[in-house]
Amino acid sequence: MTLLYLFRDAFREMLTGSWRYWAWVAVLLLMIALGVWFYAQQVIQGLVVTHMSNQVSWGFYIANFTYLVGIAAAAVMVTIPAYIFHRKDIKDVVLMGETMAIAAVFMAIMFVVVDVGRPDRLWHLIPGIGIFNFPESMLAWDVVVLNGYLLLNMGISFYIISCHYGGCDPKLRHYFPFVIVGIFLAIGIHTVTAFLYSANTGRPFWSNPLLAPRFIASAFCSGPALMILGLQLIRSISNYPVPQSVIKLLAIVMTVSLQITLFLIGVELFTEFYNEGEHAASARYLYLGLNGFDALTPWIWTALLLIGIATFIGSVHVLRNNVFLLNVACVLTVVGVWIEKGMGMVIPAYVPTPIGEIYEYTPSFPEIAVSLGIWGMGLLLFTLLVKAALPIECGNLRRPGVDAPSPICPVSPEKR
Amino acid sequence: MSSDKTDLARRHFLKGVASVAAASGAAAAMPAWGGNTLSDAFADFFQAHYQRMTAEEIADTLERIERKAKRRYGVDISCANTPAKENVVFGYAINISKCRGYRDCVHACVQENNLSRDTQYIRVLEMPDGSLDLLHADHYFASEEVPREGHYYLPMQCMQCDNPPCVKACPVEATWTEPDGIVVVDYDWCIGCRYCMSACPYQARHFNWGNPKLPPEEINAKTHYLGNRPRPKGVVEKCHFCVQRTREGRQPACQEACPTGARVFGNLLDPNSEIRYVLEHKAVFRLKEELGTEPKFWYYRDA
Repeated sequence: MTLLYLFRDAFREMLTGSWRYWAWVAVLLLMIALGVWFYAQQVIQGLVVTHMSNQVSWGFYIANFTYLVGIAAAAVMVTIPAYIFHRKDIKDVVLMGETMAIAAVFMAIMFVVVDVGRPDRLWHLIPGIGIFNFPESMLAWDVVVLNGYLLLNMGISFYIISCHYGGCDPKLRHYFPFVIVGIFLAIGIHTVTAFLYSANTGRPFWSNPLLAPRFIASAFCSGPALMILGLQLIRSISNYPVPQSVIKLLAIVMTVSLQITLFLIGVELFTEFYNEGEHAASARYLYLGLNGFDALTPWIWTALLLIGIATFIGSVHVLRNNVFLLNVACVLTVVGVWIEKGMGMVIPAYVPTPIGEIYEYTPSFPEIAVSLGIWGMGLLLFTLLVKAALPIECGNLRRPGVDAPSPICPVSPEKR
Repeated sequence: MSSDKTDLARRHFLKGVASVAAASGAAAAMPAWGGNTLSDAFADFFQAHYQRMTAEEIADTLERIERKAKRRYGVDISCANTPAKENVVFGYAINISKCRGYRDCVHACVQENNLSRDTQYIRVLEMPDGSLDLLHADHYFASEEVPREGHYYLPMQCMQCDNPPCVKACPVEATWTEPDGIVVVDYDWCIGCRYCMSACPYQARHFNWGNPKLPPEEINAKTHYLGNRPRPKGVVEKCHFCVQRTREGRQPACQEACPTGARVFGNLLDPNSEIRYVLEHKAVFRLKEELGTEPKFWYYRDA
């Protein structure tokens, strides 16, 4: 019964809002419509509408996929302080971190779905009626951990939300084991995603034990950066109390991760270039250009510059504590890591090909449009979930018959 | 443990679906979706993995493949599923001192295997003398000007690895090694994720980015389920040592087409085969042997 009320109230909440809320939703729907239209073209004509080729067989979709798995994994940067180190302030925002993880995993899965040449055959992956090549295939592992992580986060969030809504106290001992599994799975999804690449011994740019640590490190840059931006936005729109101490902790996490990321990039550059051999051809293509081909070179140096500036801002105490500069650093980190870990990590492994051909890749317009559509879907999912969760977390919305506690949001939340 | 049981349950389920589809198809008996019938469309969708089909299901499928080719290209093809012969494992060796880079193998392969006219399973690299670094290869040299002074030619295709990383990569087991050592793809089971393409160190796998460009008048009507039958869009394909020929004791098209006799193909398990002679008497090498994929594809030089 509580569930029925919860769904009714949640949907009601999602469907009411200020003009600003609706304008935002409209923008997202427009992005989604654009993506759906171009995806329809892709289904009809085939992946030929992309600029991928037999030489560069994965592109923009898989780049976005990799980045988003990192964003999803970064939710542990709130769950660990909240549940392991018992930071009360962080616990207030842990739900928001998990919601971000849900939206990010959803988008990651969507990016794989649109990348597949035969979406009509995805049922072949279902064990029993299909064949699931587990544990042999790393892709099968990725399917398992990503879906597991998605379900786990949905389950935990839903338990907490429905408990609050029904007027009970969520019992930590009921869901603590799941939190622990979730922490391991978070590291797991990104590690497995790194193994997906590093397993390919024929592509030395990927086949590198540093890939997984680099993935984790850069995920803990971009994830907290997005959370800092998102939490401030939620605070300003809804008056949901996000203590500044939370922002400060996330800023430190981001900074340390940025420092580690830069160090790891340096380690890789040394190994590639000190005694440069055939294995370094992709790195040369990426950073310096190879035989006159250098489409990615400006991008990677831009990414390094952005990450460098963000690291500097984060590392200087006065700069980091300046709200405006911290936000600048966050934006630079989000964009910089997106380039570095997305296109900068995926594409060079294909250039040159394992048999020495250089064939460059830049995404086509349909690829960008479909990707925008998926980002629109993820942002919409996040918006709707937060919209429904906020009044419950603020204490304004309870199941009929349950007394609402004194709301914790100072002013009743203005409809977003 | 209960894999037989689930298999049976699945088969019953699919059979039920198929018979419903067949009934509705027969009742309507009208072509839909560009001449496809409802029952064929259902059967296509629910078609099981090649290795899971019963003999009866395979027979139905082969007939359906022939019907589809007729509808799509207006050509009568025959599609076989000749199994691997016992005590046969195929291997290939190329004499790079004989190869002149004419690319006759490439074109014969395209013709024999009903390749989309923008796809080639064989790639001949023009290499500068004195180097085996593939980065120095010219992939697009002009066949009219060969052989070029100071160069040698290195033909590459699927090496039919004995430890194939592509097979390991596939999340749905749509690609596997047959008993005669050929790595095949079930084009009707492949989901098109292209992970195998990233896994292959020899760039041997090719994807159908759009509908294959196959001129109907040039179709080779003698086809094999695991080989040269017409492929749909959105799936991966690769060299299969001309399974439709070699399982009947013939040579692959590339071997037959080679004007210089640079190609030696045969049964590795037959001690009297030419390939065994080459492996035992020539200084052979394999490409990227250090990756441990155990290619069944060798190169050698005379003298």
